[in-house]
Amino acid sequence: MAQRPRRQLVSDALMVVLPPAGFFAASFFYNNQLLLLTMMVYVALAQGLNVIFGFTGYLPFGYVGFFGAGAYGTALSVHFLHVPILVAVLLGGVAGLLVAALLSPLLRLTGAYFAIASLAAAEALYYLVSNPQLTAVTNGPYGVNLASVYNSGAAFDAAVILVGIAMLCVVWVRRSHFGMSLRAIRADPLSARMAGVNVVRARTIAWLISASLAGLAGAIYAWAISVFYPEAVFDLSISVFAIVFALFGGVGTVLGPLLGAIVLYGVYNYIGVSQPQEFQLIYGVLIVLIVLFLPNGLLSIRLRRLRRGR
Amino acid sequence: MDDSPALRISGLTRSFGGLPALAGVDLELRRGEVVGLLGPNGSGKTTLINVISGVYRPTAGRVEVMGHDATGSAPEGLVRLGLNRTFQTPRPFRTLTLRENVSVALRHGRNPGQSEDEILQLCGLGGKGNLLAESLNSSEQKRLDLARALATGPDVLLVDELAAGMRHDELDGAAELLRGLAAAGRALLVVEHLMGFVRQVTHRVVVLNAGAAIFAGSLEEASQDPRVVEVFLGA
Repeated sequence: MAQRPRRQLVSDALMVVLPPAGFFAASFFYNNQLLLLTMMVYVALAQGLNVIFGFTGYLPFGYVGFFGAGAYGTALSVHFLHVPILVAVLLGGVAGLLVAALLSPLLRLTGAYFAIASLAAAEALYYLVSNPQLTAVTNGPYGVNLASVYNSGAAFDAAVILVGIAMLCVVWVRRSHFGMSLRAIRADPLSARMAGVNVVRARTIAWLISASLAGLAGAIYAWAISVFYPEAVFDLSISVFAIVFALFGGVGTVLGPLLGAIVLYGVYNYIGVSQPQEFQLIYGVLIVLIVLFLPNGLLSIRLRRLRRGR
Repeated sequence: MDDSPALRISGLTRSFGGLPALAGVDLELRRGEVVGLLGPNGSGKTTLINVISGVYRPTAGRVEVMGHDATGSAPEGLVRLGLNRTFQTPRPFRTLTLRENVSVALRHGRNPGQSEDEILQLCGLGGKGNLLAESLNSSEQKRLDLARALATGPDVLLVDELAAGMRHDELDGAAELLRGLAAAGRALLVVEHLMGFVRQVTHRVVVLNAGAAIFAGSLEEASQDPRVVEVFLGA
């Protein structure tokens, strides 16, 4: 019995350490650092989405709102608080968390109502920051310039650490009693309450963790690209990509969203360059095939094998 | 036996859209006692369980658990006060293993001083801890529901049709289990349609009709009571 926890501990440690190490190593062999960084940002987003969707069943279509909040939280911290960029990145994560805290009443909703309400909230946030009347604060629709703190190498290293943090969060949620409570809530909220679980508190914690990861991802992305318009960090396709990547690999698992982000974002870039005319069709067909034949994601192939082997 | 009521409900009323499903129900349950809750379909038995266990808020009336006012408390609050329930249609965490099902309740309830495997064993599910709950049949899922409830260390247990759907050879074991739980000092309110099972398990019964308690006493007395006979057999 003692062997199993030790083996699990080792495999958990590897799942936390290897992905960021892999990205770091890849930077020595692959020149397109921005592509790697964006892929890491999507790994963090897909894992953050995994925490709230994979473990509680809440699907926030407006997940990009936390990403945008993180980007603007960082930019405003740099411009108005004049803090070092790393502190500003952390404040970006805090911005995502604060927006999530403000939106936590949305967790009273379920299913499509929650998904649509979160989408509306993200859109509202976009219109707020891009409002010309707030130009003195957010620079409104004219975008943000972070050239004074631009450092692509440091931003890349921060993204590597973010992947490690995202993996650590999901491994913890997957293995902890807290994660078990979340899975119980997802299976049957009323039974979970009759098991003594404070369902509202557990969901809120998952929501805040998820939003903080998105906030940090937005912060690092903003730092890396340094000049951006509001629509670049509140683009709904960011939500869609994060959802698709997580579903493609398999939500509720540790490796699924990582795999989904790496494979699909890699394919997205490969087809986008080699077949720019057909890329949306090929990409769409690929996703439809996965949804039809592997509705629980790529990792379900492995789980099926394990079940057959039992 | 401690004489103070573990559960006391008074004037409990619950209406849905103006229609009363419960109309001023009074009931007391003492430690070590098993009370049967009887009545025809639609008489308000499960609604009563749902109101006591915090699934529905009462329209009027009062619920006391172990001397504490628990009127309108949330289910998780009632668990902390020492009340739990099973469901007429079992509601296990289907995607979790049996051991995980019990473990969730052990972590969040009042520690009953037993392990997951001991509780599963007690409920006749020994050796199945690693199975997924969705792989169990209905009768086993009901026992898992009971195991989940017991893992929170309840003083008051509301059991909604545990015996329904059980095979004959399982009924004696279930009756013995419920009697054992009461003998250990718990108060049990048991909703059941199988009269043989009710006779085996309960000390007394309360009969509901149209949301009101029309009889309280022994099962033998109930079978002689003209109001009860009329409710079950017609005039």
